[in-house]
Amino acid sequence: MSESNDPMAEIRASFFIECEELLEALQDGLQALDDGDEDPETINIVFRAVHSIKGGAGAFGLEALVRFAHRFETVLDEVRAGRMSPDSDARKIFFQCADHLSDLVRISRDDGALPEEETAGLLSLLGDLLGETSDAAEEEAEEEEIDFQPAALSLDLDLGDDDGDASGLPELPPLDSLPATGCTVFTIEFKPENELFETGNEPFHMLRTLDELGECVVTCHLDDLPDLETLIAEQSYLSWKIRLETEAEEAEIAAAFEFVEGLCALTITKGEDASTEATPNDPSDAADEPEEPSLDQADPSVAAPAVPDSSSLEQVPVEAAAPNASAKPSDPVKSSPTPAKSASQTAKSVVRVDLDRIERLVNLVGELVINQAMLSQSLESSGLSPHSDAMNGLEEFQRLTRDIQDSVMMIRAQPVKSLFQRMSRIVREASAAVGKDVRLHTDGESTEVDKTVIERLADPLTHMIRNAVDHGLENPEDRIAAGKPEQGRVNLSAAHRSGRVVIEVSDDGGGINRPKVLQIAIDKGLVSADASLSDTEIDNLLFLPGFSTASVVSDLSGRGVGMDVVRTSIQALGGRISIASTPGEGTTFSISLPLTLAVLDGMVVQVADETLVLPLNVVIETLTLTNEDVEMVRPGAHVVRVRSGFVPLFDLGKELGYRDPIEDYQGSVVLLIAHEDGSRAALIIDSIQDQRQVVIKGLDDSFYRAPGIAAATILGDGQIALILDTSDIITNAIGTANTQAPTGIPA
Amino acid sequence: MSEKETPTAIELLTFQLADQEYSLDIMSVREIRGWTKTTPLPHAPSYMKGVINLRGTVLPVMDLSERLGLKPQKQTDRNVIIVVNHDDVMTGLLVDAVSDIIALTDDDLQPPPEMQASTAPNVVSALTLIDERMIRVLDLSSIVLSVQSTAA
Amino acid sequence: MTLEILAVDDSRTMRDMIRLALLPAGFNVHTADDGVHGIEVLDGIEPDAIITDINMPRMDGFGFIDAVRGQDKHRATPILVLTTEAAPELKARARDAGATGWIVKPFDPSKLIKALQMVAG
Repeated sequence: MSESNDPMAEIRASFFIECEELLEALQDGLQALDDGDEDPETINIVFRAVHSIKGGAGAFGLEALVRFAHRFETVLDEVRAGRMSPDSDARKIFFQCADHLSDLVRISRDDGALPEEETAGLLSLLGDLLGETSDAAEEEAEEEEIDFQPAALSLDLDLGDDDGDASGLPELPPLDSLPATGCTVFTIEFKPENELFETGNEPFHMLRTLDELGECVVTCHLDDLPDLETLIAEQSYLSWKIRLETEAEEAEIAAAFEFVEGLCALTITKGEDASTEATPNDPSDAADEPEEPSLDQADPSVAAPAVPDSSSLEQVPVEAAAPNASAKPSDPVKSSPTPAKSASQTAKSVVRVDLDRIERLVNLVGELVINQAMLSQSLESSGLSPHSDAMNGLEEFQRLTRDIQDSVMMIRAQPVKSLFQRMSRIVREASAAVGKDVRLHTDGESTEVDKTVIERLADPLTHMIRNAVDHGLENPEDRIAAGKPEQGRVNLSAAHRSGRVVIEVSDDGGGINRPKVLQIAIDKGLVSADASLSDTEIDNLLFLPGFSTASVVSDLSGRGVGMDVVRTSIQALGGRISIASTPGEGTTFSISLPLTLAVLDGMVVQVADETLVLPLNVVIETLTLTNEDVEMVRPGAHVVRVRSGFVPLFDLGKELGYRDPIEDYQGSVVLLIAHEDGSRAALIIDSIQDQRQVVIKGLDDSFYRAPGIAAATILGDGQIALILDTSDIITNAIGTANTQAPTGIPA
Repeated sequence: MSEKETPTAIELLTFQLADQEYSLDIMSVREIRGWTKTTPLPHAPSYMKGVINLRGTVLPVMDLSERLGLKPQKQTDRNVIIVVNHDDVMTGLLVDAVSDIIALTDDDLQPPPEMQASTAPNVVSALTLIDERMIRVLDLSSIVLSVQSTAA
Repeated sequence: MTLEILAVDDSRTMRDMIRLALLPAGFNVHTADDGVHGIEVLDGIEPDAIITDINMPRMDGFGFIDAVRGQDKHRATPILVLTTEAAPELKARARDAGATGWIVKPFDPSKLIKALQMVAG
């Protein structure tokens, strides 16, 4: 949260935010194009997205980005202009380029190392699409980058070299030999055409600019001015002759007229006015004689002036001819307002808000909830009648607070679309890496999820999608043999269901190979050889740490990052994950997440002098112990008999260091907990307070990481209660006891 | 201290810690509040008293005298918690009492002697003399940072 | 005398950059997101000059210039076109539509100011 007072830095930051939006629009457009959308506005959106990124990048000097975007934009321009119709290969290249553009944006923002090889490769592919060799494309790129110089002013006509030219034209010195310092006298003749005024230009502006360059003597020719009755206001009758004594170079003088080339007759000559009679050549005459400009000698980047035929001219009229000899005649395209179909029309009006402000608002609302709880408590214990005005008011207050809480929690909610688009790219890359044809279908892109949840879902989803492509889907040959379409299908969906967000990742591959999974689990000692497991139990073995079915280490899964990491991530979000699979048909992973991160259903308990909270979803039941229920396996390791099985017993007071271990278990209250991996444990507490929803407050990890503590909450009395991470506590307890505690023998 | 053309103005918050006087750069001080009961963090170093509720956020509180190796303080109502912000991390420092805010320039600061009596090296970044009393200027980064390195 | 400028560009970054360049030079800057929006904003102000991008959704720069020139009171209002494309056809096209001049992106703030001062007085 550093405060930048540098406005450029702020604009730069907001530029990169804008890039995110543009890249999203680019993805959408390319996807639509790929789906067969023929609406011209779609390609316009795609073009503009790349164009805008290029424009902004240029402003910040991000050259690599500008260069790449420029070539991409050029190709897209061809499509936009109807000169190219991209086939499926071309569209694939477009997707790759969009992905690469996204990378370059990110790298440029973070000032990272540029992937030059990849860039060069894609630039070459784009060049191929343009039908050029890479060299020619390079040249063209360089030419286009030349800023538009005052076009018409090179008097470097080579006329002086041509001794045989007897046109009597004065030898005009080449531009670069003009004296750099000292005053020179120029004579400028200027006659505007009617069109000049139609562009909003004003001769006065030019004259004033000339005046700023040095000493001016301006004469206005009124010869063509008719009587007032015949005067037409929109017609140009006046012309000017200016004698300018200046230190400026000719180019600067020309710059004053930059905007009006072709809209006037202009001559700039060094030296005093040679003739008072000769009038500048009327451009309409020159137009009648379309002389070939001497293009072979002229530098293509500079205008080739039209050489008039008439030899009586003493001055060379200058016209704005196309500076690039190879310029194609521009099509007389009418610029019409594009049909108002684009998404921007239907966009909701939005406001950009600093995330810090939202964070503050969320905290304040959290405090509001706590304060309301405190108020409830004190009002209830004050002995007021439940039907009194105060109590009724309190009920209403509670309802309003809950409403505010719900609304604020959803402020940070965003559609999952950006996340799904990222997954699109993962599918593209993953399928290319393993040589399979895979397509991602998405559903419920507009489903809204808390922004922080979206960010923390990216890694687990990426892993699941890669798994689906790598392991879930069969090889093309196997698919065909099984009567399936060669193109594999991965489905990604999101929806709100009974107060939670449900996200599903499924594939139409071969399903989980249960015998293989079971065998690997047995081999790794995760289950005993004679255990009989249900289909679901076998599926869930995938979530065990260190499990991997990859018999061939493919490009993607070589790391061995397993589904256990995925599950831990989901659980850290307060969610659950489950598998369903049908052999031969496919596999589906279902993730269920709370709508917001900040709320937990908890069981509030007392241990020693401290109040603690356990996540309600791990608590199965509560028991009261007798000494007979407890058996000592080894010193320091006890189990408790639960029905016909044994469950490891842990004394929370001891494990958390609040007090010495209990000797006498008689009458102790125990919570029986079970985790998703099937492991069970019994935790001794002092007493149960109640069950309620608590607002989760993160502990600042950077300061101190307390083992066994997941987070904290603020109770009604303003005190902080720690929220336990029960699996962490058990892991640590097992570690310190230095024994292999049984993980819960099934009853 | 650094050689500057013009001396920089500094404001220090001075406080008592076991009969000694210490101070902190006021720029890092967020607020000062009275003692509230802390919720202890399990298996924490003994100088970590626990966490308290600071207007809705969880604030870790450390007993500064214990941290510096001085006589540990008993938690009484007279104790004061100085809330400091260092590198965007908020911490509460439990001290005996807050004395004053003094303004001086870096010319008034002297480097500490080579020998350090406290167990934590380099926690004192400078010394200054106010009314014949020696005030130690604390280096916040060494107090907060070293906790991180010892964290599990 | 403060010059009133209307800047039309669909890129927020561009609008910010223009503001950043012109406000310290004493201009008063109004902005719009595209051609349609530009016409709406134009209704309420008396700009001394207009700056517009070419590639915009809903109504592009050419359409916008056309529409502006179609209004009697703006037949001679100076309009500068802001473009990354150095291609002369586009400049000719802008000219045909009635643009007074152009500035190439990325623009040098001093050049932009100079151009505006030249055409807007």
